[in-house]
Amino acid sequence: MSEVMSDDVDTPTEDVSQLPDDVIMRVNHLVKEFPIKRGVFFKKQVGAVYAVSDISFEVKKGETLGLVGESGCGKSTTARSVMRLLEPTSGDVWFRSEQLDGKVINVATASKSELRAVREDIQIVFQDPYASLNPRMTVASIIAEPMVVHGEGSKTDRLEEVKRLLRVVGLQPEHANRYPHEFSGGQRQRIGVARALALNPSFIVLDEPVSALDVSIQAQVLNLLDDLQDEFNLTYLFIAHDLSVVRHISDRVAVMYLGRMAELADRSTLYDRPMHPYTHALLSAVPIPDPTIEVGRERILLEGDIPHPSNPPPGCRFNTRCPVAVEGTCDVDQPEFLELEPGHWVACHFPEVKKVF
Amino acid sequence: MPEPLLNVDNLRTYFSTEEGVVRAVDGISFDLAPGERRGVVGESGSGKSVTAMSIMRLIEPPAGEIVTGTIEFQGENLLTLGEDEMQEIRGAKIAMIFQDPMTALNPVYTVGDQLIETIVLHQNVSVSEARKLAIKALEDVQIPNAEGKLNDHPHQFSGGMRQRVMIAMGLSCNPDLLIADEPTTALDVTTQAQIMDLMLKLAAERNTAVLLITHDLGVVAGFCDTIQVMYAGGIVEYGTADEVFHNPQHPYTWGLLGSMARLDEEQKHRLHSIAGAPPSVIDLPIGCRFRPRCEFAIDKCGKVLPMLQSAEHGDQLVACHRADELDLKTIAVSGEQSTEVAS
Repeated sequence: MSEVMSDDVDTPTEDVSQLPDDVIMRVNHLVKEFPIKRGVFFKKQVGAVYAVSDISFEVKKGETLGLVGESGCGKSTTARSVMRLLEPTSGDVWFRSEQLDGKVINVATASKSELRAVREDIQIVFQDPYASLNPRMTVASIIAEPMVVHGEGSKTDRLEEVKRLLRVVGLQPEHANRYPHEFSGGQRQRIGVARALALNPSFIVLDEPVSALDVSIQAQVLNLLDDLQDEFNLTYLFIAHDLSVVRHISDRVAVMYLGRMAELADRSTLYDRPMHPYTHALLSAVPIPDPTIEVGRERILLEGDIPHPSNPPPGCRFNTRCPVAVEGTCDVDQPEFLELEPGHWVACHFPEVKKVF
Repeated sequence: MPEPLLNVDNLRTYFSTEEGVVRAVDGISFDLAPGERRGVVGESGSGKSVTAMSIMRLIEPPAGEIVTGTIEFQGENLLTLGEDEMQEIRGAKIAMIFQDPMTALNPVYTVGDQLIETIVLHQNVSVSEARKLAIKALEDVQIPNAEGKLNDHPHQFSGGMRQRVMIAMGLSCNPDLLIADEPTTALDVTTQAQIMDLMLKLAAERNTAVLLITHDLGVVAGFCDTIQVMYAGGIVEYGTADEVFHNPQHPYTWGLLGSMARLDEEQKHRLHSIAGAPPSVIDLPIGCRFRPRCEFAIDKCGKVLPMLQSAEHGDQLVACHRADELDLKTIAVSGEQSTEVAS
């Protein structure tokens, strides 16, 4: 850490010292809570949904960080908070902005003008290609909209750029004047990707980008994302619930459970020697398309359901369903998220390497 | 060969829409043996759900119509039965579980009311006996405090618990055939594992035949004895799970397996991708429906629709003109598109 800090002394902008050269984003103690209010006139806060509770992680430049977990684990809230589509309740999101010549910005507290620059750097692709494209806009105006908003190029420049982007994502320039309903789900997702690329971002949040697509179409889009990453040197934060897809696309993988980080490691470590009991259960539950393997597989079946994030259990959030939880420890003390071996972070009182498939 | 439980012969179910006639199921034939667990696999628009709805006679005219074919269940053609007779079969002999249990359960009645109603309707028992059977049914699907849960409404259950209620309801009358249409698609993966485990256990114990309709080849692998792969309204391949997964004979099945990201994928590699998208079932291509996306297509494929017949290189049935000459096992799935990424 200290040697990295000395590398950065030549750029004395604010808090660069906090980001090593190979890191593009550092999320620090991020918290996002949604208040639950009751009453008609005096909206009184009666509780909160603790969607994201104090998570920290880094995203390295040029990598794909997969963020997985089940519904309600806070993965999408995390994604939206790091680009401030949601206002974080507390915590920092340090981001190295290319628009601002490598200056490191705290997205969580950035000023309007800084945020505007950061929004050119960070783009998002949404899950549902049917809901995320305005049906009344042509493909050209959908893809050009970010450029219009950020005042880039003349109208003709923008149209040229739209045509170039359509080719980049594997569509035809002639498609520019059509409307979203004329496209299949896979093609729509390509349009969403083209829109995300319009401002030459360095960082793209992909929020379940292939979950709504058929398997044969998923492969097309995943391959496209791979190609684009190589071509444009992109960093991806890839949110998904499908652990097979995440293994395929990611360099490192983070597992979330009920608003907290459970485990984070590079892809082969996480899948081959996971240490958190939740990761064990999650991996053992994913079916493998091979009857011979499936017949011999033992599943770790979890008891019960995920607690609601408005009422998370004390101690380790997983303790109510954990097969190895110890009374008096796991239901009392919250485990710290610790780097137990280089690059392998685990939040568990009783971590144990286990091969589950 | 034992008498099949279900025999579907040349079934065609069409829907008329403003754009034209949708040939959702277009001439499919298959048998299902008692106790057999069959996976019906395909992507959206392949006709797998309409197949299930046709068997249940849930296709509502005038929008949809079973144009031709027979569906024999225990030797009786369901398509000639009156609605009253069909009502006796639904729920009692053939039960169905849907993808979204929230829309399948009535939100204004308690779970107990709905379970008891099903049981009273199909079994000759009193309400108090039905109540006992309902508690037993909930216990069978491992719902804790079953008796107390009878008085709860569907919204008080989690997604996984609701699907358990659906299974309890489906199996409450000991049907011979259970049709499960994407039963775990709306559920998280750990819940999916619980539900599939439960369904496998109950179906095996009771020797219930299952038609599992799904787009997820992974779910099928651990559950089904046999698989039929559907594409654009037709069956393109049928065989045991082992054969279909390990020695696929149809280029579509072969490509689909190659395009899946797998949990046990070691090296980062490029996925095989099937070009294009499934055809519109209004405007089906002439000849083989997979031809526009098939990398092995020849002239004949654009002229003649291939029939399902015994495969040369496997024990399954396949509908492909080139199945005899192509030994897909010997062709690398990713083909020329394979590029190992140095890590």
